[in-house]
Amino acid sequence: MNKIDAQHVNFFYGDFQALKDISMAIEEKAVVAFIGPSGCGKSTFLRLFNRMNDLIPGARLEGKIQIDGVNIYDKSVQVDELRKNVGMVFQRPNPFPKSIFENVAYGLRVNGVKDNEFIRHRVEETLKGAALWDEVKNKLKESAFALSGGQQQRLCIARAMAVSPSVLLMDEPASALDPISTAKVEELIHELKKEYTIVIVTHNMQQAARVSDKTAFFYMGSMVEYDDTKKIFTNPSKEATQNYITGRFG
Amino acid sequence: MEDNIFNARQGVRKRRSQWIAFGVFKLLSYSIVLILFCILGFIIYKGIGVINWKFLTSPPSDGMTGGGIWPAIVGTFYLMIGSALFAFPVGVMSGIYMNEYAPKGKLVRFIRVMTNNLSGIPSIVFGLFGMALFVKYLGFGDSILAGSLTLGLLCVPLVIRTTEEALKAIPDSYREGSLALGATKLQTIRYVILPMGMPNIITGLILAMGRVSGETAPILFTCAAYFLPQLPHSILDQCMALPYHLYVISTSGTDMESQLPIAYGTALVLILIILVVNLLANGLRRYFSNKLKTN
Amino acid sequence: MKQVWEKIVEGILTCSGFITSITIVLIVIFLFTEAFGLFGNKVTEEGYVLAVNGKNPVRELSAVQIKDVFDEEITNWSEVGGPDIGIKVFRLEDITSYFSEEELGAEYDKAGECIGKVVADHPGIIAFVPAKFIEKDFPGRLLKDEHISFSEVFAGKEWFPTATPAPQFGFVPLVMGTLWVSFFAILFALPFGLSVAVYMSEVASSRTRGFLKPVIELLNGIPSVVYGFFGLIVIVPLIQKVFDLPVGETGLAGSIVLAIMALPTIITVSEDAMRNCPRAMREASLALGATHWQTIYKVVIPFSISGITSGVVLGIGRAIGETMAVLMVTGNAAVIPTTILEPLRTIPATIAAELGEAPAGGAHYEALFLLGVVLFLITMIINFSVEYISSKTGAGFGRKS
Repeated sequence: MNKIDAQHVNFFYGDFQALKDISMAIEEKAVVAFIGPSGCGKSTFLRLFNRMNDLIPGARLEGKIQIDGVNIYDKSVQVDELRKNVGMVFQRPNPFPKSIFENVAYGLRVNGVKDNEFIRHRVEETLKGAALWDEVKNKLKESAFALSGGQQQRLCIARAMAVSPSVLLMDEPASALDPISTAKVEELIHELKKEYTIVIVTHNMQQAARVSDKTAFFYMGSMVEYDDTKKIFTNPSKEATQNYITGRFG
Repeated sequence: MEDNIFNARQGVRKRRSQWIAFGVFKLLSYSIVLILFCILGFIIYKGIGVINWKFLTSPPSDGMTGGGIWPAIVGTFYLMIGSALFAFPVGVMSGIYMNEYAPKGKLVRFIRVMTNNLSGIPSIVFGLFGMALFVKYLGFGDSILAGSLTLGLLCVPLVIRTTEEALKAIPDSYREGSLALGATKLQTIRYVILPMGMPNIITGLILAMGRVSGETAPILFTCAAYFLPQLPHSILDQCMALPYHLYVISTSGTDMESQLPIAYGTALVLILIILVVNLLANGLRRYFSNKLKTN
Repeated sequence: MKQVWEKIVEGILTCSGFITSITIVLIVIFLFTEAFGLFGNKVTEEGYVLAVNGKNPVRELSAVQIKDVFDEEITNWSEVGGPDIGIKVFRLEDITSYFSEEELGAEYDKAGECIGKVVADHPGIIAFVPAKFIEKDFPGRLLKDEHISFSEVFAGKEWFPTATPAPQFGFVPLVMGTLWVSFFAILFALPFGLSVAVYMSEVASSRTRGFLKPVIELLNGIPSVVYGFFGLIVIVPLIQKVFDLPVGETGLAGSIVLAIMALPTIITVSEDAMRNCPRAMREASLALGATHWQTIYKVVIPFSISGITSGVVLGIGRAIGETMAVLMVTGNAAVIPTTILEPLRTIPATIAAELGEAPAGGAHYEALFLLGVVLFLITMIINFSVEYISSKTGAGFGRKS
């Protein structure tokens, strides 16, 4: 069974149709990259997987999105349970105005974990998983804002991992970072794919080529092509994809 | 996965606490509406029967136990005009200086802090100050002049703030466009910036006048009179004023039975002024913002 | 020509730019000069003296002691450090019971002599008489008359500015009254105001918000005297009935009215602060499976805490400085309150109620200006702390958890 299965998804902001009839299946523990010019709908599509677009007034969805075989827009689904299972990392690092430790512990606490020993253990584990432990282990009580941008972003990844999701959504996670930090985050994605299904939005085609197994190209609210990354970047079947990856527009 | 780390019931619990919290917030928010309607409703209900043409246009009679409130209406009107004449030019000029001339940084910050400070000073302190400066030191005596100046000072910060905000909202491209045509800075302000900001400034001024109409403490010792046999003849005369009238009638009345209706009527007139001012300001705001959009 | 004109206008604009600063400076000058005249006054009413028998060792009495003596609460000299003799109070009008009109002379021209006699004859006497009747060879001794002191005013527990022979200018009851009323007002307004602010900024739909916003503005626009009137007619009788009190004009009535008046400030400022919490911060929390409410109290409120604090402090400022409404509903008894269900009196209400009757330039008048100075300083402290708090926007950064 596919991890994520989207069928005939149409999405509207008021009268504006942002996504047009998109169907896509994502396998368990795959890394899928969404590419395309800005405003093509790739981030919008990503944010449907954890129902982040629910926050936008006037937004409307048609079609069906299933994760682990459950329609996540069904009335019986609790959106906070869904989001616990589908973690998200945002474009800009957005740590809370709290200590490093509390940032990672936040997801556990809001989901009712009271056992401090467990929390401490889990924070250490995830910070190690996010390759941040060695840099912060002596300053866990300090503000997360004291970290560099790259460290903050890895902290946000650790924060998302702490509640043990099975899917990680990444919305241009490296776009606000310098090249060295970007490399570290990409390295981390390689590690994470052993455990998580990862969907990553990026405007950087080299990045998509480096990290993903499959790539989807979006244009004007439609999904133009979805295939193995290697094929997309070497031998795309659509001309639009070809034009985009060779830099002829976008 | 490690779903066992999460208590299964926890999801239910946190959603229930959200339901309760939001319910309480909603309840309290609507009780604010209820409070407002209680106050307004009560005064309108009690006062509406009192108000008629005669009540509005005749002076008090029978030792304040009968008659109308005409002199108080006139007095409040004079005070509104008087304080506007003072606060409007001064406040607008100050706002222009802050937004267009003053070097950004410490100076503007200093002026803003001072303006905030002034707007935080209790109105009774303005009353004391007005009495010491205008009534005693400058020798205006208890007069419309002293009262207007005191009230004017009180609402200057409000006028400055609205002017500043109105001017700040105008994109720099307009300034540059005008300057590029060879206009001087002053001409740019006079012919481009001010006309664009004027609707918002006027809205702020209307709100300031609303505030002036209801202030009592600043005029207690600077101009308000309990009763005057005739309307004021000059700006150096005392005048009656609606809020002061309401205060006196309702606290030191000699004959509550016959004076209470007068108090309700006065309170209603005050409320009506505030309602009109608020509606006018909101209407203007909406009208002009629509106009800007369609342009 | 054009340039000269331009320079002149610029000059005028610059001047008006400083209008608020100038006003504050003027307020300081005028308030302070009037107020500090108070400490130039003597304890005893102007033009009068206190005289005692020549053998009485007591040299001076404090303002409170003088008042107690003349109220006959102190009846023996031993209580104020003198010999064990009963105190006999003597005022000018008592003189007719000692002397006939002939003895006093037609125009009271022999009154001085008579007073001298009375004072010399009674060892326990204390006489409060106009200074002009004290003759050169006065047989008694005049008590030393000190200037009114700082501590008598700021630590004085009695406010009785029209008392003779020594008016009492103790600020403590008024300060306490102000604090009590403001404290309870904020106690009511705070949970109420914050709930509404959270509801408006986080929960309500934009239509509901569009409806609540003008309601709050209107609530802010209602004149304080109308609130006072409403309080007097509706809340005061209600309190009297509910708590079964002799009078409904109590601190509680003032607190309730003030709470309603402070609400718009608290709501508007905290709502603004919460709306400024970045969207990214909320999304991060929601994405971790937090509910909306968890996001609000764990992320949005900590993030906007400085703005919320400013709102609350401004609300307190509004409550402390409010005059008319409080004047109308609190009953204005200048006593140190022990419960909120008693009449009490605040600083602004005192100024408003008494300045009209206080003769200009007198000690009472100056004391009221000093109250104004106190009020002014309190609001300055409040304003500067708001300034300080809001300069630390997002002060939660770096906070240890």
